[in-house]
Amino acid sequence: MLKQIALGTTISVVALSAAMAQDTLTIVSWGGAYSMSQLKAYDEPYTEKTGVEILHEDKSNQALAGIRSQVEAGNVSWDLVDMLQADAQRACDEGLLVEIPHDEWLAPAPDGTPPTEDFIDGTLGDCFVPQILYATMFAYNTDAFPDGGPQTIADVWDLEKFPGTRALEKIPQKNLEWALIADGVPSDEVYDVLATKEGQDRAFAKLDSIKDHLIWWDAGAQPPQLLADGEVTIATAYNGRIFNAAVNEGQPFEIMWDGQMFEVDGWVVPVDTGDEDAIKEYLNFATDTQRLADQAKYISYAPARKSSVDLVGNFWKEEGGKMVETDIDMKPHMPTTPENFKNAIQFDTEFWADYGDALEERFNAWLSS
Amino acid sequence: MALPSHASRLERIWHYTYLVICGLIFFFLVAPIIVIIPLSFNATPYFTFTREMLTLDPAGYSMRWYDALLTSDEWLSSIRNSFFIAISATIIATTLGTLAALGLSRREMPARAAITAFLISPMIVPLIITAAALFAFYARVNLSQTFFSIIMSHVVLGAPFVVITVTAALSGFDNQLIRASQSMGANQVTTFFKVILPLLLPGIIAGGLFAFITSLDEVVVVLFLAGPEQTPMTVRMFSGLREEISPTILALASILVAMSIGLLTTMELLRRRSEAHRTGRG
Amino acid sequence: MTDTAATAGNIPSGRAAGTGAAPLTTADGQPLKVALRRANRRARRNAMLLVAPLFLFLLFTYTIPIVQMMTRSVMNPEIAGYLPNTTEAIEDWDGEGLPGEAVFAAMVKDLNAGGRSTIGRVAARLNAELPGARSTMMGSMRAAEDLQAPFKEALIADDDDWGEQRIWRLIKRETRTLTPAYYLRALDFEYNQDGEVVARPPSMQVYRAIFWQTAWMSALITFLTILLGYPVAHLLATLPLKSANLLMILVLLPFWTSLLVRTSAWIVLLQQNGVVNELLVFLHIVDDDGRIRMIYNRIGTIVAMTHILLPFMILPLYSVMKTIPPSLTRAARSMGATPLRAHLTVYFPLTIPGLAAGVLLVFILAIGYYITPALVGGESGVFISNLIADRMTGSLSQLRLALALATILLVGVLVFYWLFNRLVGVERLKFG
Repeated sequence: MLKQIALGTTISVVALSAAMAQDTLTIVSWGGAYSMSQLKAYDEPYTEKTGVEILHEDKSNQALAGIRSQVEAGNVSWDLVDMLQADAQRACDEGLLVEIPHDEWLAPAPDGTPPTEDFIDGTLGDCFVPQILYATMFAYNTDAFPDGGPQTIADVWDLEKFPGTRALEKIPQKNLEWALIADGVPSDEVYDVLATKEGQDRAFAKLDSIKDHLIWWDAGAQPPQLLADGEVTIATAYNGRIFNAAVNEGQPFEIMWDGQMFEVDGWVVPVDTGDEDAIKEYLNFATDTQRLADQAKYISYAPARKSSVDLVGNFWKEEGGKMVETDIDMKPHMPTTPENFKNAIQFDTEFWADYGDALEERFNAWLSS
Repeated sequence: MALPSHASRLERIWHYTYLVICGLIFFFLVAPIIVIIPLSFNATPYFTFTREMLTLDPAGYSMRWYDALLTSDEWLSSIRNSFFIAISATIIATTLGTLAALGLSRREMPARAAITAFLISPMIVPLIITAAALFAFYARVNLSQTFFSIIMSHVVLGAPFVVITVTAALSGFDNQLIRASQSMGANQVTTFFKVILPLLLPGIIAGGLFAFITSLDEVVVVLFLAGPEQTPMTVRMFSGLREEISPTILALASILVAMSIGLLTTMELLRRRSEAHRTGRG
Repeated sequence: MTDTAATAGNIPSGRAAGTGAAPLTTADGQPLKVALRRANRRARRNAMLLVAPLFLFLLFTYTIPIVQMMTRSVMNPEIAGYLPNTTEAIEDWDGEGLPGEAVFAAMVKDLNAGGRSTIGRVAARLNAELPGARSTMMGSMRAAEDLQAPFKEALIADDDDWGEQRIWRLIKRETRTLTPAYYLRALDFEYNQDGEVVARPPSMQVYRAIFWQTAWMSALITFLTILLGYPVAHLLATLPLKSANLLMILVLLPFWTSLLVRTSAWIVLLQQNGVVNELLVFLHIVDDDGRIRMIYNRIGTIVAMTHILLPFMILPLYSVMKTIPPSLTRAARSMGATPLRAHLTVYFPLTIPGLAAGVLLVFILAIGYYITPALVGGESGVFISNLIADRMTGSLSQLRLALALATILLVGVLVFYWLFNRLVGVERLKFG
């Protein structure tokens, strides 16, 4: 159905003999259109340049557990893993990841600016090299709301004006923040409120008020599908997925740029994995200014380097198995574009590292009650 | 089940009501499986019968999902992987399971009930537990994400079926045949291959088919153990069902249903054969 | 075994035992008793040798890995292993007030000696019990190098959480290298500040409810399979063999069809735009906006699992019913019993062995189900296996919690399996 996503699985490259292992890198990512953008922007040019084959596995949603069990077993088969910043922090704390000296490993900007200054502030981590900034936000099917869709987070909670089922991601992260915002908490106080027992009660009570109208997704490909099938009228989603469904398949989807939470996604290297030089070389190539800008051709996620922003061009679309340039300028679709960025909220990875375990338990208790 | 001629009116009504109820239950059993076959020929990517399909308009039907399935390298390679794993696991499970069943059916076997219960246990232990334990085990010995570890795991899951069916076949086995064979001068090996094996073959094949289908259908263990090079079709189907159910899955499902019908027929023929054996010579 | 003759193995002597006063001997002059015993021993050894390959294979690649995995659910090595000085120093603290300078000094020493990864693991462990302990720990680790004696004041100045009694009590408690903490969690209990075991606050209770839900939904599914399976098995058992065999195919087809195929069939049938809803709309039973939500909830799980497990009820029932001679009910009828009474008092009791086998089998299989609830259960229709799978992909403490949940589930399954063996016997299991 979603051709774009089906294509993502194309990337899981087929059988390569173990004897050739030194000429391959195994990369774990999210699958779908996102993996395809990496394939086009990083892997194909890299293979062409060096002859190294890139094997993709779509297992990033289990990255933390996967790395842990491989490291504990002393048998790490993943060379690079694409991971959320918050999970990367946990894994780094657990000693599962290589600490990365950014200025030594990564390429400087074309004008010579060192990586530590070129990457957007606060995105680099001890074990983490960011690739993209993406937003999770509400999107809706315009067919469901002929008189105009929801414009604010509070509208999402307004079942009378905007009827229908909503789909949220099956995690407490972001949903609790939005619940507080819908309940009137100013966005810069959200995390302070959420750190208190009363704030947590308040967030859960607000979610509870629309619980009967919620369904839950756990893979990024699901929300566009749910919106397209009419199973829901409003869904939270990653901005790139909605963009692709709208542009590539002409789905009547609209993104609501209010209270969207932006997050960073990037590379980590598990300890005790394969040839460090080969990994370093790929990492250096795949996170340079041009490559990060190239990725934005295929999916509407913002490059994590300041120097890449001006290089972002038009959207490239898959047609008959080939990528062709369209006349859609990607810049207005970037989550970092000032117009979209007005009411954005930075996702607080530190907060979730501290409160994640407890809130996840409570969230699960609430879900099943 | 014939109704006696003296049945009362009430009994008659009850009798036919009962038959209707049974008919509905059979419908419940089979209809969901059959319904996906016509839907897999749907010309549109929806999971319902379109007006064209209901009026038997040829335009409502198409082979596009079969095309999509059979021209996709990912699907084809995952189907190949599945069959490679299932066939290998079946051969090993059938061998080990048959030997164990032969041992278990000897009267001298000590602690037979306990050992049988142990050998059958992989069938009843929740798969998520088995899968996590096997994953931890094969990761520790550096063998996760290999065909070897998946095949061995499927031997664990398939062998109980072989033990059960071969033990059942042996329970109908007449031991006098062994004595007869040996009294006529055949040694143990000859007796096994000339007398025991041919009689047990239906049971062994049935057990093997169970082991085969168990492996082919297994999802949870391979979700943990399979790397990109071993991805079997069930893993693809599972993620397809979770994320974006496309009629391509229905095309594969229809092929699998056809295969089940084939296997079922084989089983039925085997059963008749073994029944003929027993009634003819028992 | 049909062979009930008293002959043992292949003893050449054909004489019946106990006919003469002289000790019996075999043809080669050995006492019969000795020869018998030897033959028995040999037969025993042969039988065991045949079973050995599968037995050992399962033992080493299956049973031992499971046991090994389960033992991790009580492991608690972080504090004692990575804060060795603190562990030693805090032993003397009585838990009242704050610990003395020696404990604070030991903590600073440990923070300095540990790397990011070891302190990170301690932090993650403490944070699982006390949210926020992670940043206290990690923050002070970065600052530890610059701290000067007296360390008590210095550490509290760095982060005032160190001045709270609860973090020190937690550390003291968690110096044990084995802990029941994950099992307490798995049953919705926890330690309070004083180290007593108490129920968790209601908003955090989840696992007992899910265990309970797994049990009652499995019981309901088992009941539904009886309701649907009993009449069908009865019909099959009383029909002439030829037609019974034909109808049996309808039972066996789902049994032989891939679980994923059957689950996808139910998705196709029950979803909002699925066959059943379309049919209901077409027949004007519901209107287009009033489509019924039949999947991604409990109904989905119950319907799909009833369908999937039904053959496991029909087959054992059928094999028992087949052996009940119809003349019995006829006899009861002829003695004046009503059909219902004849059925309840004569026929039904005879089917109980088959019923017991079916009930236990379906129930055992149901409580461990993962795939079907994961695909069609939504939020309300999940089983404990789904929760276990979820937790296995989370943080380290969630993983150990998952293992504790898995152990409890496994013990439950084994109890029912033991019951099954006692009441029915595995050797009676048959398929097809």
